[in-house]
Amino acid sequence: MDRLLARLRAKAPSTALILGVFVAWELACLGFGISDIVLPRPSQIVATLVDRWPALWPHAYQTLYTTIVGFGWGVLIGVVLGVLIGSSRLAFDTAYPLLVGISSIPKVAVVPIFVLWFGAGTVPAVLTAMIICVFPIVVNVATGIATVEPELEDVMRTLKASKLDILWNVGLPRAAPYFFASLKVAITLAFVGSVVAETVASNRGIGNMMMIASSSFNVPLVFAGLFILAGLGVTLYLIFSAIERRVTGWAHRKTELAVTT
Amino acid sequence: MTAAAALRVSPPPAREAAPPRPLIELDRVSVTFGRGEAAVSALAETTLKAAVGDFIALVGPSGCGKSTILRLVSGLLAPSSGNVFVAGREIGANPVRIGMAYQNPTLLPWLTVRQNVMLPLKIVQPFRAAWRRKKRGEYRERAEALLRQVGLAGFGDKYPWQLSGGMMQRTNLCRALIHEPDLLLLDEPFGALDQFTREELWATMQDLWMTKRTTVLLVTHDLREAGYLANRICVMSARPGRILEDSDVAFPRPRTMDLLYTPDFVALTQRLRALIMGVRTAATL
Repeated sequence: MDRLLARLRAKAPSTALILGVFVAWELACLGFGISDIVLPRPSQIVATLVDRWPALWPHAYQTLYTTIVGFGWGVLIGVVLGVLIGSSRLAFDTAYPLLVGISSIPKVAVVPIFVLWFGAGTVPAVLTAMIICVFPIVVNVATGIATVEPELEDVMRTLKASKLDILWNVGLPRAAPYFFASLKVAITLAFVGSVVAETVASNRGIGNMMMIASSSFNVPLVFAGLFILAGLGVTLYLIFSAIERRVTGWAHRKTELAVTT
Repeated sequence: MTAAAALRVSPPPAREAAPPRPLIELDRVSVTFGRGEAAVSALAETTLKAAVGDFIALVGPSGCGKSTILRLVSGLLAPSSGNVFVAGREIGANPVRIGMAYQNPTLLPWLTVRQNVMLPLKIVQPFRAAWRRKKRGEYRERAEALLRQVGLAGFGDKYPWQLSGGMMQRTNLCRALIHEPDLLLLDEPFGALDQFTREELWATMQDLWMTKRTTVLLVTHDLREAGYLANRICVMSARPGRILEDSDVAFPRPRTMDLLYTPDFVALTQRLRALIMGVRTAATL
């Protein structure tokens, strides 16, 4: 009970700030008489959200679906590549420049290519989400595996451990905190990827819905879409950050101690 | 010394009854790192033999190739010339079980102390084959027994970060011994500890050695440590390293801290110190 209270108290300032921003926004719109075609009030946006929910949720579902599928593939590919690259110095040196090159391409630029290959719709959104979230996972997993202490590797090798033994018993657990930290980043990026792809080439999804709403100057609806995106993004982030804390608590004991004391 | 302690004095070490081939044999081994102009000779024509049950301390100025010898014996490094035999076979091919402990305890932070100690059982045959069946029962007991022996009873469920430096190093020793190695390689294991903790660990180490009689190669900078723990002390020259002197340490066991202040012991450490200082100045001239 005390811990719960302490945690609530720790969260209080950030919660107050978020609420404060919305209140200030509402008051500013009312005070300066800003038209809802420029910037609708939060209360209007929430009203629109509730009002139009039956029409909105299929779009929200579509965006969530493409994000999760793209993210899933991204994680799979990212982990496999990360393990391969992290386990060998040669693979690391060989593949790293290429990866940096690919990752530095703005991902919006590849959407037209995906559309060209697969047509508009779900596939380009999934692929964009995937490609955008692969890189942070690869880099983090590879770093975690490649930075095993040389002494520990010596100890394992004198035990006649195979490369696979070392990877399984030392490399992978060691990379876990890096991996889960990168998941938080990756899920947010995957979200950006699928929304960008929907905006450019799709007939469903929040991104597409926002494009249509803005072309008909339905600004509250555009903002409603933004709120849904924010809500989904924060929820996914929280889920993965909770998983991270559960699975790799050993790497975070210092911050945990700081909270309880 | 009490009567009980006197009874525990070891029988003469197994050297007399040693098999014709020693456990470790370095035959005119040289190690050179790099090539051409940049080549650094780390070890030159070193010959060393260790019988089963020996406790050998390697001392010498820093950079003289002490750790290189450990890496040769453990098979982590191949000699540039000469031969390294362990249990009569070339390194790599030998069936000898080796335990190793460094100054850095390198415990795995996601495992408990007991799980850390049990790690070699998960990797080394024949324990590995039975890992699934025995990890909860017999192996766990074995780890607990070892932890008890080094004074860590009741710490099995703690995590490494909850331990002090000395306790981590005790755990590290347990991890190096759990699979009953034929050969224990120690590379300055007590180097990072404070004086009192270090002396406590010497006593623990002696106790472990007296019960297990594992062959030990200990690399150290501390001459008192070498004198207290070892049966033989090998003094090495500055780079490229060679063995200058190989002397037996005959003090009876179990040795106590009081021994360190006896004239004989002081004379021994002084002599070793003079030897090493001599090769150090020779190298810098």
